[in-house]
Amino acid sequence: MDYLKPVPEPTPESKPYWDALNEGRLMLQSCGACGKVRHYPRPLCDACFSFDVRWINAKGTGTIHSWTVTHHAFNPGFKAELPYVLVTVDLAEGVRMQAPLRQADASTLKPGLPVRLLIESARDGLALPAFALAAKA
Amino acid sequence: MSLREKGVITGIGETAYSRASGKSVLALQLEASLAAIADAGLTPKDIDGIIVYGSTVAEDFITNFGIADLRFSAVTPMGGASSVAAVQCAIAAISAGICNHVLIPLGRNGSSGTRIGTRVQQMPQFRTIGEFEMPVGAIAPAQLYAPMARRHMELYGTTSRHLAEIAVNTRKHALLNGRGMMTKPLTVEEHQASRMISDPLRLFDCSLESDGGCAVVVSAAERARDMKQRPVLVMGVAEGHPDSPSAITQRPDLTRLGLAKAAPRAFKMAGVSHADIDVAEVYDCFTYIVLCQLEDMGFCKKGEGGPFVMDGTIAIDGKLPLNTHGGLLSQAHMAGINHVVELTRQLRGAAGKAQVKDAEIGLVTGYGDMGDGSIAIMRRA
Repeated sequence: MDYLKPVPEPTPESKPYWDALNEGRLMLQSCGACGKVRHYPRPLCDACFSFDVRWINAKGTGTIHSWTVTHHAFNPGFKAELPYVLVTVDLAEGVRMQAPLRQADASTLKPGLPVRLLIESARDGLALPAFALAAKA
Repeated sequence: MSLREKGVITGIGETAYSRASGKSVLALQLEASLAAIADAGLTPKDIDGIIVYGSTVAEDFITNFGIADLRFSAVTPMGGASSVAAVQCAIAAISAGICNHVLIPLGRNGSSGTRIGTRVQQMPQFRTIGEFEMPVGAIAPAQLYAPMARRHMELYGTTSRHLAEIAVNTRKHALLNGRGMMTKPLTVEEHQASRMISDPLRLFDCSLESDGGCAVVVSAAERARDMKQRPVLVMGVAEGHPDSPSAITQRPDLTRLGLAKAAPRAFKMAGVSHADIDVAEVYDCFTYIVLCQLEDMGFCKKGEGGPFVMDGTIAIDGKLPLNTHGGLLSQAHMAGINHVVELTRQLRGAAGKAQVKDAEIGLVTGYGDMGDGSIAIMRRA
């Protein structure tokens, strides 16, 4: 079946991120000079302007910062999933990312609810992040 | 050196707004530009500066207008903040003595051509989103901005009913303006019953996708004294970029836009206070973005935008008449240059049925991409 969703076009700086997802891990950039964690992947540390990067394994835990529930198909590849929830997540490492929230009742969502990472196979050679609500600690 | 009152809006022009123009984008821009140049009492050959938007280039205007010596060309690629940012850029060039009459043309087939709702994938400003968020399903502006609105609702108790007030009020003004694509009244109930696009944004929280053209001419203040129209002077102007401008997700405060940085600079340059503003044309790609900008400009405190827009505050005869032409929500999506046109009309006293009584000072804002902002405060001469 044709894959209709947009696909990422990795850059030299972001390739390790996508490669790691494909291997089932979420990795984040940590500055090789000052240690500041940044996301989404980009070339330069905005604190010390170093290009050096050390990739670290993310714990895969976080909390909900905000969300939206999409009802309109802006892309035919997502039509079968409507409506779907996208969550903005505060990761334990202090950075944020956005990804779908699986199997959740959107009416129960609140900022601060804990979530855990899922890594889903989208198609051959492409794995994408998603989240699920985590049992409260 | 300040840009205060160095530039004047001397000409405004619009084509008809529609869902299918049947014309090229360049033809739409040329048609609106000719109208604006004639309105200023100039000829196309008088234009010596151009700031383009989108798919046209300065060369197109040199060729079609037969301009012998164009002295200045630029782009201000800030999405919907581009138009007002272009006003700043034009006045900076004028003030530096480079040129005298700068044309800011805008035209698009945003309905019949590349749809505004999905065109962002092709823009370099959206490269980060294109790689990391579009693949997981965040494709369109409505989806990218919805988490800002949701966060505002969770923090401050803002409701969809507050957003409805902006949509309904804007529609009323579009009917007064008479040039709008939307020609029927909108009720709060209709807004609340409209289909959800990306929660909390409903259909009637979203702007139109339009075909048309719209242009303004910005002239040097000393030239404008003897020109055809009553001058509308730009008292203060600024642009501002939000924290994490390429990805909303990483913005420390999701409810703070670039305008929060630009507005204090523009007010300071203009030397006016909020109470002096008689009319406001605020970029309205989505109702929530209007509410957030009102807060970011300081018309009310952060979080109080919902209550602020209720009770007639933003009506033509209210304390802060807002989007008196019907905005992007109900007139047409001309990326905010139609907001500049309308503010100019208001300050000329030529806004017809939508005229705000005794409008002397007003402001116009732009908002674009992931939160870039721009603002111009103007007064009648």
